[in-house]
Amino acid sequence: MATVETRALRKEFTGHTAVDGVDLTINEGEFLVLLGPSGCGKTTLLRMIAGLESQTSGDILIGGRVVNDLPPRARKIAMVFQSYALYPHLSVAKNIAFPLKAQGAPRESIAGEVDRAAKMFGIERLLHRKPRQLSGGERQRVALARAMVRHPDVFLLDEPLSNLDAKLRNLARDELKQFQRRLGTTTLYVTHDQVEAMGLGDRIAVMSGGTVRQLGRPQEVYDEPADTFVAGFLGSPPMNLVPVDGVLVGFRPEQLLAPGAPASEGVGPAVPMRFAVERVENLGAGRLLYGTLPDHAPDQKIIVSLAYTVHSSIEAGRTYDFRMHESNLKFFDPGTGRRVPARPLPARRSA
Amino acid sequence: MTAPALARPGFVERAAGVSDSARWLGRLMLAPAVLYIALVVAVPFLMAIGYSFSNVTIGTSTPRFVGLENFRNALQDPAFLKALGNTAIFSLVSQTLVIVLASILAIALQRRFRGKWLVRLLILLPWVAPISLGSIGWLWIFDPVYSVINWTLRHVGILGPDSWPIWLGQPNLAMASIIGVHVWRTMPLATIISLGGLSSIPQDIHDAAEVDGAGFFRHLFVITLPLVLPILLVAVLFGLVFSVTDMIVVYVLTRGGPFDSTQVLASLAFFKSIDGGDLSGGAAVALFLLPVLAVCAVLLLRLARRAEVV
Repeated sequence: MATVETRALRKEFTGHTAVDGVDLTINEGEFLVLLGPSGCGKTTLLRMIAGLESQTSGDILIGGRVVNDLPPRARKIAMVFQSYALYPHLSVAKNIAFPLKAQGAPRESIAGEVDRAAKMFGIERLLHRKPRQLSGGERQRVALARAMVRHPDVFLLDEPLSNLDAKLRNLARDELKQFQRRLGTTTLYVTHDQVEAMGLGDRIAVMSGGTVRQLGRPQEVYDEPADTFVAGFLGSPPMNLVPVDGVLVGFRPEQLLAPGAPASEGVGPAVPMRFAVERVENLGAGRLLYGTLPDHAPDQKIIVSLAYTVHSSIEAGRTYDFRMHESNLKFFDPGTGRRVPARPLPARRSA
Repeated sequence: MTAPALARPGFVERAAGVSDSARWLGRLMLAPAVLYIALVVAVPFLMAIGYSFSNVTIGTSTPRFVGLENFRNALQDPAFLKALGNTAIFSLVSQTLVIVLASILAIALQRRFRGKWLVRLLILLPWVAPISLGSIGWLWIFDPVYSVINWTLRHVGILGPDSWPIWLGQPNLAMASIIGVHVWRTMPLATIISLGGLSSIPQDIHDAAEVDGAGFFRHLFVITLPLVLPILLVAVLFGLVFSVTDMIVVYVLTRGGPFDSTQVLASLAFFKSIDGGDLSGGAAVALFLLPVLAVCAVLLLRLARRAEVV
């Protein structure tokens, strides 16, 4: 186990900067998720920490030791790739044994270690098979077993769930989190999937354009986004951003309360806010309402999400009196996109 | 009623019909290749089989069936046995060298370095240059009087004042020489094939091996080589078939000499049947390795199919 730290880490490829001065500290035993859209530099950052890519400038420290010029094998890391990168010509047992043999583990201990890892991931009966004879989920388990078998200081995971189908992904996510908890190994996990990030991470680092936009606990990043990028990237549907009097007002789709919906407790008083519904989408587990706020920004489309438990009848084409806790409103500078201090919502324009 | 619908289709429509039908278009486009192979390969091949069971010579007009006599004669002919051994040495040694050198070259060429295109061009050159031209160049390099090799070796002090190897005139040196030229000639193809095999391995696999702690040799022998092996085997089989059936290097450099020390089956068959007029004897020599080559060809096709599936 170890901490991982990057200091002013940069990576330039010809013509563009993939990672632009990232300072990041991953605590011992922590599960940190790098979240961002494709091309934001998260995979490049991971590969630099792995030693598969050399940095243009800056330092990487693993366990307090500068590893800038060390090859991957000297960094005591293990990596799981998006494609799993199992060795196609080797059986599952030999795949898992490979890192042990490579680091010169005593021959007699290898079989026991392989069995232990296989048991942990429930793949004992697959040991003699070749990777091409495995399903996606089984391959993912083999890849994980191969990564943990030699007790690395750090796990690096590059979108390891993205090749699984949706049903399996939820299950695998849960298992992954449990394994990490049990092993207590410092883990850096790259994904573009905010659900994975929210569900897995002790902390999330949201990346865009090669920089870390925000680093924090999942709820913190969700509730208190540092800028409009983070606000728009997390949440599905994302945060509504409404221009009101020279400032962007943001609130989550589920924070606008329908008439009759119970108010949340302990978040201050709710102010009325009229909502003109244009379209209703029934999603089974809830409803999505598309419309505008006629009193605040009649031209800005917003989305409101109603939980399954809200039974108010809402029809398209009508305007309703919704409510909003003022403390849920976040304010952003429309120029820089950064958060600005909360202020009272400007008064209604029309009665 | 204006319906000329029953008019017979014109040429253009019919041609369009053919090109629309995948079956006929396929046949049409395969036809030239099939015709070419039938006329230039299959007919002479069948004739050779016929000749090998007869007593035909350049002079005879009424060939007679003699059964396996030509093959029996060949087996009793010391020149044939010598050529058989030479063919084995020539093919096996040259292809072993080729596969080792081509793998090393391909691995080197996979890396990025300045001037890579120039190196690639130089390596491909022996393959694209006409073989007779190349061999004539080698003839001069191996010349008994002007040999560049001897001249260089003497100037760097490896050859003493009393030694002056005659490359094509001494039996062992002659065999080494033709093997050398053959390696030079067939390595480019093997290199290109191995390079293709190497680049078909996903980068993730290499990265995983790197992270898993494999050093250079483990990476090479446990991961890279086993993964390119099917494709390397294709290169080996190509090379073997090509070495066993080819005679140009021998013909240009040594004509099989000295004392038949570089005579291979292909050149022996040529000298026997074309220069010597013994068509049936030559055919028997030429066909002798057919079963071996057929096995090679079957293996080759199977491997090629497997490589396609993977």
